[in-house]
Amino acid sequence: MVVQKKQDELIWKKRTTREQWINWFYWLIGISIVLFAWKIISDKTVWFFVQDAPRQAADIGSRMVPPKWSYSLELIKPVWDTINIATLGTVIAMIIAVPVAFCAARNTTPHSTVRIVALFIIVASRSVNSLIWALMLVFILGPGVLAGTVAIGLRSIGFCAKLIYESIEEIDANQVEAVKATGASNLQQMIYGIIPQVLPTIAGVGIYRWDINIRESTILGLVGAGGIGLQLNGSINTLAWTQVSTILLVILATVFVSEWVSAKVRGAII
Amino acid sequence: MLKLENLTKRYNTGDLALQGIDLSIPNGQVLALIGPSGAGKSTLIRCINRLVEPTNGSAILNEVNLTKLSSRALRKSRRKMGMIFQEYALVERLTVMENVLSGRLGYVGFWKSFLRRFPKKDVNEAFRLLDRVGLLEMADKRADELSGGQRQRVGICRALIQDPDLLLVDEPTASLDPKTSRQIMRLINELCQERGLTAIINIHDVLLAQMFSQRIVGLALGNIVYDGSPEGLTPEVLTKIYGEEDWSATIEKVDDEDEEV
Amino acid sequence: MNNVSKTLYPNNWKKPPFIKRSWLRWSIIIGSILYLIAALSSMDINIQRVLEGIPRGQRFIESFFPPNFSDNRGVVWEGILESIWMAIISTVAGIALSIPIGLGAARNLAPLWVYMTCRFIIAASRTFPEIILAIFAVKLFGFGPFAGFIALSLGTIGFFAKLLAEDIENSSPAQAEAVKATGANWFQWINYAIQPQVMPRMIGLSVYRLDINFRESAVVGIVGGGGIGATLNTAFSRYEFDTAAAILLVIIGIVMVLEYASSHLRKWVQ
Repeated sequence: MVVQKKQDELIWKKRTTREQWINWFYWLIGISIVLFAWKIISDKTVWFFVQDAPRQAADIGSRMVPPKWSYSLELIKPVWDTINIATLGTVIAMIIAVPVAFCAARNTTPHSTVRIVALFIIVASRSVNSLIWALMLVFILGPGVLAGTVAIGLRSIGFCAKLIYESIEEIDANQVEAVKATGASNLQQMIYGIIPQVLPTIAGVGIYRWDINIRESTILGLVGAGGIGLQLNGSINTLAWTQVSTILLVILATVFVSEWVSAKVRGAII
Repeated sequence: MLKLENLTKRYNTGDLALQGIDLSIPNGQVLALIGPSGAGKSTLIRCINRLVEPTNGSAILNEVNLTKLSSRALRKSRRKMGMIFQEYALVERLTVMENVLSGRLGYVGFWKSFLRRFPKKDVNEAFRLLDRVGLLEMADKRADELSGGQRQRVGICRALIQDPDLLLVDEPTASLDPKTSRQIMRLINELCQERGLTAIINIHDVLLAQMFSQRIVGLALGNIVYDGSPEGLTPEVLTKIYGEEDWSATIEKVDDEDEEV
Repeated sequence: MNNVSKTLYPNNWKKPPFIKRSWLRWSIIIGSILYLIAALSSMDINIQRVLEGIPRGQRFIESFFPPNFSDNRGVVWEGILESIWMAIISTVAGIALSIPIGLGAARNLAPLWVYMTCRFIIAASRTFPEIILAIFAVKLFGFGPFAGFIALSLGTIGFFAKLLAEDIENSSPAQAEAVKATGANWFQWINYAIQPQVMPRMIGLSVYRLDINFRESAVVGIVGGGGIGATLNTAFSRYEFDTAAAILLVIIGIVMVLEYASSHLRKWVQ
């Protein structure tokens, strides 16, 4: 903020002239980066296809209706698999994430080297998308639900552990101190002082991640890791558009139901 | 008998919180520790059960030098020192009963405590204590459902179920209203009399200190500046502890209170 | 008195169960066990196949080492750059589209029909994972980064507009009322009362979304959406696992840098 005096008049401006220039300069850099990025992308684009896209979209859209309802019966097993991949994957992830989180939190870690290892596990698991995990696991475990479940599990460890360890670092230290003052051992301090405080977070994170995992597990079939993505990929490749729309509607319904369930459970717990 | 010898604490920041405290407290004495914020009251009692590690000096409880103990032996000694906290420090999401029983953690093994299988004697004692403080009905309530005064009563039960020799009390009334404050202080005092407990009570409120203790120690900037009877707190003494202020109202009121009681 | 009362108090105490109604508790427990049995048995784990997978997995992991950073054909570097540009431009475009939609989806700003429309757009873009959006974008716009850009921008809308709308709905009505009371028009009102309240969090979120878009750009390539994902997919299909390992490490590195930068930026903004 600056107030200038100009011919007996006070002029108020939010920024000084210098600040104004610097501000413009940042905007200039930002816009140039965006324009440059746009140029790179557009150079690699075949604009003929893009111009053709609305017609294509209309064409595909018209081929998608009406959905082939009878096909939905064949989707029961894939949806069941999809839900299992998400649920079991979340269970695996939580079983591993909780100890990792305790190792990663500054106030509960047994040693600072352990902490670094735990933080690395978290970052590595978070950085690699579940589809890439699935891609690798299909090589090792063979195509199927197992690879998908493990992929979802590996991907979710980092996410869950990160949220849990942040909440461990924010607990009320007084409650732990009080338990310590009774002569409790470290483990007893953990189960009486710390875990009761973070248990709601742990439950909440698990449900939240399960909800995300339902969505993620719908696509793992693209690389052969089980679930409804397999049917989606197949139907798109064979241009069976009425099946595609049926699958999309089924995914929509599954996601909708899972969101409703997770909201209910979260409401009941917290 | 608790004996502090040259107890010193220097924090990592370089602040000298305790400058060589010498103090001895005979068994069964209730001592109030007064002084302004930052005088080192909390540090002093935490140096006794070593929630804060003293830098120098020793604290000797019944011939055991607490400052020299290994961590295992320290845990054993902590069982004999009950602590009552400012803001109660109950584990909020556990039930009242679990909070009280957590006072026995030093006596029971990990799995027993994990499964909440406390010895019958402990459970019985917990119920008895809860009844004594008037909270028997609340045993299965969660700690965060209680009012401030009720929570502090649970805190008292947790300290007493340890069957302590010494009670360390840190600002028990800091977040309570005046009436509840008195009730809590009276309760602590009564319980100390019943069980012949030695107690150190940190307290802001000079009035309460005078009402409910046999001996008063004034702390200022990590040094003992007064050690004597509650009646000995004259305006000069209070000035020495807290700094310049008009103390006449405080002292007068003390007389009123005494008449009331 | 004391001796008498000693016998009066119970000697046993059990923690009250978390779920009070016992039929509900037992049906949840039994239901979960039955579900686990059903899910695990339908997973159809071929032990033979998994056992075979172990040595293969070992070889697979061994072939990751040492990661090959030599990047002979320059494809890794090119893919990374393409991913970065794609992430930047789709974040900017996505946020630009999100702002009007987010304003429209805030119940305290918009009339009901606008609110419903905007909420529908958000729900639609949130339901389908970026990868499904990418499949369709590739069908419509052809292979290459443009399809990825479209998919990521649409994904950004679902994320950013939703959080923006929620933040506006949670902003202080007192401040908004005070500015309205001065006689400000709608745009002035947004600019003076709403924007200052939501801006810091939105800046943090846009960096976070940039981070997500970069990570996602690594997978949209698997279905033909350009970026490092395409390079990664090629590496996998050519069995160049050492290159794949190098790509994964580069992704992890960039994500770490982005995460570090975003946490700093968020602190600096607030």
